[in-house]
Amino acid sequence: MITRQRLAAGVCALLAALTAGIAFPAGAVADEPDGRAAPKVELVLDVSGSMRTRDIDGGTRMAAAKQAFNEVLDATPEEVQLGIRTLGANYRGNDRKTGCKDTAQLYPVGPLDRTEAKTAVATLAPTGWTPIGPALQKAATDLEGGDGTRRIVLISDGEDTCQPLDPCEVAREIAAKGIGLTIDTLGLVPDAKTRDQLSCIADATGGTYTSVRHKEELSDRVGQLVDRAADPVVTPVATQGAGDCAKAPALKSGLYTDREEFGQQRWYRVDVDPGQELRASVSVADDRAVNPDYGLLLRAVTVHGREIVRGEAAGTGRTDVISTGLRYPRPESDDENAPAETVCLQVTNSFSPAPGVKTTPGLPLELTVDVVDGPDKAGDVAAFGLGRGWWLLGVLVLVGFLAGLLWGWLSRWRVAVWRTN
Amino acid sequence: MRITRVLGAALLALGLAAGPAAADSSPSPSASDDGKAPTQAGTSFRTATEIEQGQQATASGSTGDYLYWSFPADTGQRPTVKATVKLPETHGSQTWQLDVYDGLRRRQACQYGAQTRTAAQGTSSVELACVLRTVRGWSEPWANDPLPGTYYIRLTVVNLGAADLGLPVNAEVRVDSKDIGGAAAVDGSLAKPLVPGIAVKSAEDEKNGSEPVLSSFGSDDGWSSGWWSDRWVWTGIGAILAALAGIGGYALTRGTGRPSRVPPGV
Repeated sequence: MITRQRLAAGVCALLAALTAGIAFPAGAVADEPDGRAAPKVELVLDVSGSMRTRDIDGGTRMAAAKQAFNEVLDATPEEVQLGIRTLGANYRGNDRKTGCKDTAQLYPVGPLDRTEAKTAVATLAPTGWTPIGPALQKAATDLEGGDGTRRIVLISDGEDTCQPLDPCEVAREIAAKGIGLTIDTLGLVPDAKTRDQLSCIADATGGTYTSVRHKEELSDRVGQLVDRAADPVVTPVATQGAGDCAKAPALKSGLYTDREEFGQQRWYRVDVDPGQELRASVSVADDRAVNPDYGLLLRAVTVHGREIVRGEAAGTGRTDVISTGLRYPRPESDDENAPAETVCLQVTNSFSPAPGVKTTPGLPLELTVDVVDGPDKAGDVAAFGLGRGWWLLGVLVLVGFLAGLLWGWLSRWRVAVWRTN
Repeated sequence: MRITRVLGAALLALGLAAGPAAADSSPSPSASDDGKAPTQAGTSFRTATEIEQGQQATASGSTGDYLYWSFPADTGQRPTVKATVKLPETHGSQTWQLDVYDGLRRRQACQYGAQTRTAAQGTSSVELACVLRTVRGWSEPWANDPLPGTYYIRLTVVNLGAADLGLPVNAEVRVDSKDIGGAAAVDGSLAKPLVPGIAVKSAEDEKNGSEPVLSSFGSDDGWSSGWWSDRWVWTGIGAILAALAGIGGYALTRGTGRPSRVPPGV
């Protein structure tokens, strides 16, 4: 009877567990769309006069761009809020001042109505100037608000015609706002100057530069960039490190961003309880032209200035980022009320700006802090002090054999002694 | 005597049988079907595309892009990262490089393999490889040894002519690892693998949230606890052999049959 009751109870528990197992993931999935902020993308299209050139698979650059837009609009993921902005679409005249203000929002950033967006794109005709800088500024404003990822996809076939506002500087200033905005650029049959400018814009924001010579390349790449915006990523928290440890911001586990100028020190503080392990990694990106040899140093220092551990990295040549990390396991304490130790993290970089490069705002810095439970040491070099290999076996066999011999002789000797007595 | 022999043989058999069986139970990354292999790459540590070992990941990008992937590696494994870049039809001479970083974003050295290679003008592809050091269960905080956790792959061109910037390329990446086993077994283990954001994630899990994470390789599932290594088998067998040798040695001193000096009938 008892057995049967237990069995029934067991079956019930099993069923309950199964139901719970099925119910929970379902709930989690249902929550997802609400929980995450919608990613925003703005396509910025150059509609300047040069887009009339017929050199992309026999058609005009404009035709290729329109076809690509149609394909991308069809394939845009549901959750992405997409907008379209044009530059040089409306003003035909020769007045530079007016021409350089010519940027308009063709389709506002928001939930996508595919037909409406396509109709808007169809009306475009190559017209005016190439005010890339102002267009980027406006596009950044369009994307304001919300916590999702933001991305500008800039498609252009010529360099900015509205100096002295350098679009590359504009891009860097946008990036320095710390709103996690990436600018990807595509050059349609670009010349050397266009390429330099567009790749500079991309580098300044951690984006990519692509040069396009064929229709399908354009639609594939734009589609890929829009899809990339839809990928969920962790949004870092902006923080500001101090010049010394005493004034440094206290950080908890998480992902942070900051800016660090050339030759500047940044300090942060993390509290670590006994028996916990601090893991910190830092990366500094070179978002502008820098000299080809560089380094990064991350030090964990006590409040009294003693260095605990450091992570260092050095590199040479082309790079997007240099990074290093450190681990600091704090020993267990016998005292239960032992206070948390404040560990100061110091970040210094040895990037140097290439000649003629602006040094402000600072280089983007990304800091990951994890405080986990962790043992601080191991007792032996080998696993549990165990041995391995033929030498070990040989030694054990030899010693065992000698011990057996000795034992044998001893007992024989003892028997002999007992017998004689 | 017979009992000892039987017992010894039984123990030996048990040890030998338990060895491979237990070794199998330690998680080895199984090659998942290539149908689900990722077809794109991330562009930073934060957005790195996650791949499993044994998976052939592909990505299309532009020359000059920094392509990132991440994969998990466990104690006792020696990962080999291989990458192939298919270059555009016409291009100048360019140098490609494959870098591997650990979960703390520390650059990891390659034991062997062409980590950097220059493709001469017009070559259709370039192949890169990096054999990492064996992943240890534990190391001192001052060391740079590879530890179980997330690893990042960065593939990029490091030297190119200006005209090649932005041209379309295709990349393939694959990670396989060799099981080094007990030879690399060390004492101690990390409480949590070196997976970035793991502290945030475990707090997040309690709230049952589905926020994006830095690296989704599980904190509890699939990582070896680090206590098993074939050193147990070696030491166990050694102990048994030592005992047998001891018995053998003892038996030698006794000689055969009854001692000659003992008179019959005692």
